[in-house]
Amino acid sequence: MENLLEIKNLSIEYVTDDGINKAVNNLNLKIREGETLGFVGETGAGKTTTALGIMRLVPNPPGKIVGGEIYFEGKDLLKKEEKNLREIRGNKISMIFQDPMTSLNPIITVGKQVEEVIKLHEELSKDELRNKAEKMLDTVGIRKERFDDYPHQFSGGMKQRVVIAMALACNPKLIIADEPTTALDVTIQAQVLELMKELKIKFNTSMLLITHDLGVVAETCDYVSIMYAGSSLEYGDVEKIYNNPLHPYTIGLFNSIPSLDEDKEKLDVIPGTPPDPSNLPTGCRFHPRCSHCMEICQKSLPKSIEVENGHFVSCFLYDKKMKEGK
Amino acid sequence: MEESKFIDKDKKYEKKGKSQLKGVWTRLKKDKLALIGLVILIILILMAIFANFIAPYEYDTQNLKNTFQSPSLKHLFGTDEFGRDIFSRIVYGSRISLQVGVIAVGIAVVIGGFLGAVAGYYSGKIDNVIMRIMDVLLSIPQMLLAISIVAALGNSLINLMVAVGVSSIPQYARIVRASVISIKNQEFVESARAIGSSDLRIIFKHVIPNCLAPVIVQATLGIGLAILTAAGLSFIGLGIKPPTPEWGAMLSGSRTYIRDYTYMTLFPGIAIVITIFAFNVLGDGLRDALDPKLKQ
Amino acid sequence: MIKYILRRLIMLIPVLLGVTFIVFTLMYITPGDPVRLILGESAPEEAVQELREEMGLNKPFIVQYVNYMKKLILHQDLGSSYVTRRPVMQEIISAFPSTLKLAASSVLFAIILGIPIGIISAVKKYSIFDNLSMAFALIGISMPVFWLGLLLILLFSVHLKILPSSGYDSFKQMILPAVSLGAQSVAIIARMTRSSMLEVIGQDYIRTARAKGQKEKIVIFNHAFKNALIPISTSIGLQFGGLLGGAVLTESIFSIPGIGRLMVDSIKMRDFPVVQGSVLIISITFCIVNLLVDLYYAYIDPRVKTQYK
Repeated sequence: MENLLEIKNLSIEYVTDDGINKAVNNLNLKIREGETLGFVGETGAGKTTTALGIMRLVPNPPGKIVGGEIYFEGKDLLKKEEKNLREIRGNKISMIFQDPMTSLNPIITVGKQVEEVIKLHEELSKDELRNKAEKMLDTVGIRKERFDDYPHQFSGGMKQRVVIAMALACNPKLIIADEPTTALDVTIQAQVLELMKELKIKFNTSMLLITHDLGVVAETCDYVSIMYAGSSLEYGDVEKIYNNPLHPYTIGLFNSIPSLDEDKEKLDVIPGTPPDPSNLPTGCRFHPRCSHCMEICQKSLPKSIEVENGHFVSCFLYDKKMKEGK
Repeated sequence: MEESKFIDKDKKYEKKGKSQLKGVWTRLKKDKLALIGLVILIILILMAIFANFIAPYEYDTQNLKNTFQSPSLKHLFGTDEFGRDIFSRIVYGSRISLQVGVIAVGIAVVIGGFLGAVAGYYSGKIDNVIMRIMDVLLSIPQMLLAISIVAALGNSLINLMVAVGVSSIPQYARIVRASVISIKNQEFVESARAIGSSDLRIIFKHVIPNCLAPVIVQATLGIGLAILTAAGLSFIGLGIKPPTPEWGAMLSGSRTYIRDYTYMTLFPGIAIVITIFAFNVLGDGLRDALDPKLKQ
Repeated sequence: MIKYILRRLIMLIPVLLGVTFIVFTLMYITPGDPVRLILGESAPEEAVQELREEMGLNKPFIVQYVNYMKKLILHQDLGSSYVTRRPVMQEIISAFPSTLKLAASSVLFAIILGIPIGIISAVKKYSIFDNLSMAFALIGISMPVFWLGLLLILLFSVHLKILPSSGYDSFKQMILPAVSLGAQSVAIIARMTRSSMLEVIGQDYIRTARAKGQKEKIVIFNHAFKNALIPISTSIGLQFGGLLGGAVLTESIFSIPGIGRLMVDSIKMRDFPVVQGSVLIISITFCIVNLLVDLYYAYIDPRVKTQYK
C-alpha cells in the first residue's frame, strides 16, 4: 500500500450538556512509510481527538465517530473489532501523550510498565521479557538500575523517555506523538526531540507529530497539515509550506511568530478567537477571522485544491484564481 | 489614581461573586435529585414553623381510652401507648430535628471553623496544638463522644445539641484548615498583603469566601448526620426527656410494641429517612454545583 | 518500614493520653454521686463519707486523674466497677469480643458488598445497575442503624421467622446485627468506590494502558482499581469508627452483651470507671485500625513507601 495511514472524511463529535461539540469535521490525512507528518493547530482544533480516533480510544460516552474511514495498511480501522484493535495498539500503532507527569501509573515500576506492552504483543520468557525492557530503557537513556523505580522518582523529561520506550518497544509502524514536548522545559524539549528523531530513523517508523510549535515542525517533519476547527486547511511538504504558505490562516500563523531580526512593536495577531466547536461558523470555518473573506466563504465549504505539486489548500481564494486563470 | 484601580477591581470581584452564585444555582437546578431534596426540606421547614397549625392535636395530649389506634382518618398515623396522635407528634418532631441539626452543626461550624482557620493561618505551634486536640477528639467515635458529653451535661434538648455539635467540631476544623492553607499560599493573598491589607481584612475578604464551598457542603450533609446522631442518642434514652416528640425517642418507645403495632415503628423511621435523604441529596448536589470540575 | 510503624505507635501515646483526659473530665463533671448509688439513698452519712474517702473521691481533680493514670500505666489496672466491684478490665475483656465480632463482621459485609457494587457502577456509569444501586445507596446512608435493625427483626424474625433476633454466637445469629450495622457502610463504601474509580478511570495513565492494547478487564482491575483503593481504604478505616459508635445501638436492639451496651448501662448507673475504660478501649481499637489502614496505604502506594526506605 502506498499510504501507511489514510484518513478520509473523518468526523468525530462529542455530546455534551451544552450541545454537540464537532471536534473533527471531514478530515483528510495521509502518511507514508517512514514519513513524519506534522499536525499543526491551536488548542481545541481537534488534533488530540483525531489521534485518539485513529487508535479508537475516543471516550464513548461522550465522544462518537460519526463518519469517515481510517485506512491503516489498507484496512479500515473503523470496521475492526475491539480484539483486533488491541492487537494493533502498542504494537503497530503507538501513542505518546502530552503530559508525562500523568501518563504513567504511579504504583507500578517503570520497568514493569515497559514490560507490560511487550508482554501483550510478544511471546517471551520472563528473562527475555526483562532483558528486552531493560534494553528499551537503555535505548532512551535510562540506566537499567532504575528498572524497579517508580514514576515519581523520575523528572518530567525522564518520564517522557519512559513513555517513548513503551511506545517503541514493539517496533510499531506508526507513532502518534501528541505534543510530546510541550510540557517539558525548553532544554529538555530539545533532548527529547533529538531522541525521537534518532529512534525514528533507527526503527524506520512513521510519525504523526501533533504540535502547535512551528519550530518543532521545521526541525522534525517531512510534511505538514494545518488544522483548524476539525479540518485540514493546508497540506504539503515542509519546504513548500514554509516558503509559500497559502491559506490566510497559515500565513497568519507564520506572521505571529516573533522574529529576532525584525524590529516590531506589536505582535501580529490573527484577530478573533478559535470557534466554539458546538457552534461552528457556516461555510469556511475560518471566515469570521479572515481578512480576505468573500461572500462565498460564508456560505460554502471550500474544497481541497492542489495548487502546486503535493501542496493542497482549502480556500476559495485559490479556487477563484484558478477559475480566473482559466 | 492607584486607589481607584483597586476599588474597581473590588467591584469586579463583587460582580464575579454574584455571577458565580448564579452559575452555582444554574448547575444545581440541573440536578433533579437535589431539587427534590430542596423541596422536601422546604416542606419540612414549613412543617416545623407552622406545626401549631398543621398538627391536628398537641403532641402531648394523652387519651388513655384511645390507645393503640391503627391509622385512620381521625388519626392519620394512629395513636401510641398513651393515646397521643402520632401524626401530630411527628409534625412537632420535625421542629426538634431541624433545631437540633442546625444548631449542632452551627456550633461545630463556628467553633471548628474558627479553630481550623486559626490553625491554618498561623501555622507553627498553634497549628500543632489545635490539630493534636482535634486528633484526640477524632480518635473517639463520634457517637461515643456525644454519649459521654450528654451523660456529663444531663438530659435536655440543649445538651443534646451541644453534645452532637461538640463531637462534630474536628471535622469542620480540618476542612477549614485545609482550605485556609491552600488559599494562604496562593498569589492573590500575597498581592493583597503587598498592597497593605491587614490580616483581618485578608481573612474576611479572601480566605473565608473561598472556604465557604466545602464547609457548605459538609454542613448540609452534617445536618443530616447530626439528626441521625441525635436520634440515636434519644433511642438509647439519652438527651431527651419525655414527652418530647423526638423521632428517635418515638422509635425507642415503639420497640416494645413492634409485634402488635407495627405502624408505630414505621412512621418515625420514615420521617427520619426522608429528612436525612433530603439533606444528603441536597449536599451532593451542592458539592457538584460548587465544584464544576467534578462534573467532567 | 519498621521505623514508620514505631513512629506511628509513639504518636499514638499523646493521643490516647488526651482521650483518657477528656473522658475522665467528662465523667468527673457528670452529675450523680456514685457513692450514694452504691450504698443507697438512705445510707447513713458517716458510711457515705467513709466510702468516699476510701474511693479517693474527695481528692482534687488533678490528683484523682494522676492516680487513675498511674494505676493504668503502671499496673494496667482500670479500677473497679462501682456497681459490681469487679475489676473494670475484667468487665471489658468479657464484653469486648462481642463488639469486635460485630464490628468486624459488619465491616467485612460492607466491603464484600460495597466495593464490587461501586466498581460495577463506575464501569457501567449511568446504566440501570448504576442508577439503581446509587439510589439504594442514597437510601442506605439516610437510614438510621437502629431503625433498620428493627425492620429486619420485624421481617425476618417476627414474620418470616427464619432468623433469630438476639444472641451473637452462631453465624445465623450474627446475620441480622451485621447487616443492620453494616448497611450504612455498604452504601458509603459503594458510593466512595464509585467516585474513586471514576476519578481514576479519567486519569491519563489509564488511557496509556489502553493505548498499549491492554484488555479492559486488566485495565480496570490492575490499573484503575489498585489506584482507587488508596482513598477507599482510608474511607474504610474511618467507617470503622462509625461502626464502633453504631455498635452501641445495634447491641441494644439485638441484646448483644458488648462494650457499647456496657458503656450505656454504666452511664445510666454512674459507673464511671467502666465508662472510662470502655471509651478508652474503643478508642485504642479505632486508633489501631487506622494505623493498620495507614500501613496498608503505605504498602500499596509507593510514593509513601519511598519516603521511608
